[in-house]
Amino acid sequence: MKIKSQKDFWSGLMFVAVGLGFAWGSTNYSFGVAARPGPGYFPFGLGLLMAVLGGVVLFNSLVVETEDGERVGAFAWKPLLIIVGSVLVFGFLLPRLGMFITLPLLVVMSASASDEFKLKEALFNAVILTVGSWAIFIYGLNLTIPLWPELGAATGG
Amino acid sequence: MELFDNLALGFQTAFTFSNILWALGGAILGTLIGVLPGLGPVATIAMLLPSIYSLDATPALIMLAGIYYGAQYGGSTTAILINVPGESSSVVTAIDGYTMARKGRAGAALAAAGLGSFFAGCVGTIVIAAFAPPLTELAFKFGPAEYFSLMVLGLIGAVVLASGSLVKAIAMILLGLLLGQINTDVISGVPRYSFDIPELTDGINFVAIAMGVFGFGEIISNLGRPAEHREVFTKHVSGLWPTKQDFKDGFPAVLRGTALGSILGVLPGGGALLSSFAAYTVEKKTRGRPGEVPFGQGNIRGVAGPEAANNAGAQTSFIPMLTLGIPPNAVMALMVGAMTIKGIQPGPQVMTSNPELFWGLIASMWIGNLMLVILNLPLIGIWIKLLTVPYRFLFPAIMSFCCIGLYTLNNNNFDVYLAAGFGVVGYLFYKLGCEPAPLLLGFILGPMMEENLRRALLLSRGDWSTFMSRPLSAGLLLAALLMIVVVMLPSIKNKREVAFQDAD
Repeated sequence: MKIKSQKDFWSGLMFVAVGLGFAWGSTNYSFGVAARPGPGYFPFGLGLLMAVLGGVVLFNSLVVETEDGERVGAFAWKPLLIIVGSVLVFGFLLPRLGMFITLPLLVVMSASASDEFKLKEALFNAVILTVGSWAIFIYGLNLTIPLWPELGAATGG
Repeated sequence: MELFDNLALGFQTAFTFSNILWALGGAILGTLIGVLPGLGPVATIAMLLPSIYSLDATPALIMLAGIYYGAQYGGSTTAILINVPGESSSVVTAIDGYTMARKGRAGAALAAAGLGSFFAGCVGTIVIAAFAPPLTELAFKFGPAEYFSLMVLGLIGAVVLASGSLVKAIAMILLGLLLGQINTDVISGVPRYSFDIPELTDGINFVAIAMGVFGFGEIISNLGRPAEHREVFTKHVSGLWPTKQDFKDGFPAVLRGTALGSILGVLPGGGALLSSFAAYTVEKKTRGRPGEVPFGQGNIRGVAGPEAANNAGAQTSFIPMLTLGIPPNAVMALMVGAMTIKGIQPGPQVMTSNPELFWGLIASMWIGNLMLVILNLPLIGIWIKLLTVPYRFLFPAIMSFCCIGLYTLNNNNFDVYLAAGFGVVGYLFYKLGCEPAPLLLGFILGPMMEENLRRALLLSRGDWSTFMSRPLSAGLLLAALLMIVVVMLPSIKNKREVAFQDAD
């Protein structure tokens, strides 16, 4: 058996797996009866329906001819890891080190995901964005965001 | 006339100094993101949602609406000048608009797009004001069974008209509905799918999904593609005013486009994209005056018609959102979310419970459209300069605003982590060719749909046939079924696929 559309094959598999997962998870909650549906009623039905549709996608991917096999293609690992990584680092460090350290770090780190990365430009961009964010979010909208590393006092807002 | 009383109330609300400023801000921001490639209204509105906590509901919605229709104007500018449609609804504008620009007639093309959009925007506003009240009346007759069926129709309609693979799109809706099930069950109080994580018992914040998938996910996929070379026609924009002949050719096209857009916009999933495609097809089939420039080689009708249509469609797509609380596209889903954030339950009662909001928003659309013509035509030079901002400066800015916004949602870094996770999911969707917009619609409607389904079943004592025995509900479900069947017909299926391939 040959896969005729890789994209559909994998997405079909994803729909089946996630649908069954949700349906299986819903068995932990009371199903109720049709006249008195419990918390598990709706997700169970939805999960099964999604798994069925996933099955249709999967079936089609093995049967319906496509011109180029609809290959998924290589993953862009570098941007994927850097972008997601810099968001995680931002989330971890912001409450600890404050915006004035974390935000420039986010800007420079994420900028390095681009093929056209130049450190000087990224630093320049970081300064502008940090000042701009301060002006919009702290000065303008009065949001409470930690600004500096917490050494007992000094939080912004 | 009640219509005029209502509009008077609306203009009273919209014409306060601060609300004009919010509309202007939204319009400028919308044009900006419409012009900037790689940033669309969905990501922008998601980015701004955290900051509307500090605003009143009316100015917040006025601004968000401004972003949406502002993006339609901005998108046409890039389509004409660099052949890169800033928004998907401007794809067809690029065909004739760009050729006009290459022949040195960029000014006329921009003017046709701007003035056509303005005319359509005015008509669209009146259409909303005229048709919203009767629809609201109808919606009050709806019980839970009808609401459930209406949501089924809305969701199906949204994907039938506006996505590539139908089965995958419906599966994405279901995925959205399922993600909406991660919450505490309203009726029994049982936390579901929370894995003992306290933050999940309140449900996933839809801002985290929107930013993760449409913000981070899109950035990753943009960076994964090789940088494209763009040619900008900055020097040739002269002679902004179209000739008399241009007016004569363009005006009927604008009229046709407006009519088409106003109708298609109301349909679930219609909105701007479908309207512009349909208008271009109609213009191509309509015979112009003898000796006019052929289509594809810079015919002004090919710019004026679709641009008028996409703006009219963008306006009238507010109708289902405002009257029924059912979002016909991803932007409207975010608007529903914004209303919920501000403590307004979207639905037919908004018109009576918040008349200033309802009519103020409608009136502000007209004001916003007027401002957009002024912003776009005389100030075109500024927008052209912005076209030259490289993506490598732009995406870290998007990252910054998203991350700060996510943190301030609950002053907690959980939403930041969650959005990072959805960034990975979003990239996966992109790689697998699954469109994320239906997921967002499903997610927004999920809790409402479950509640109505369970209430309908309670009322009918567990009898599922209630959905078919009530005539209104049965009609809505049949309409949904009919839509699926029609799209599955081989002849239409092929045409539809061709249309969407053009869109890529």
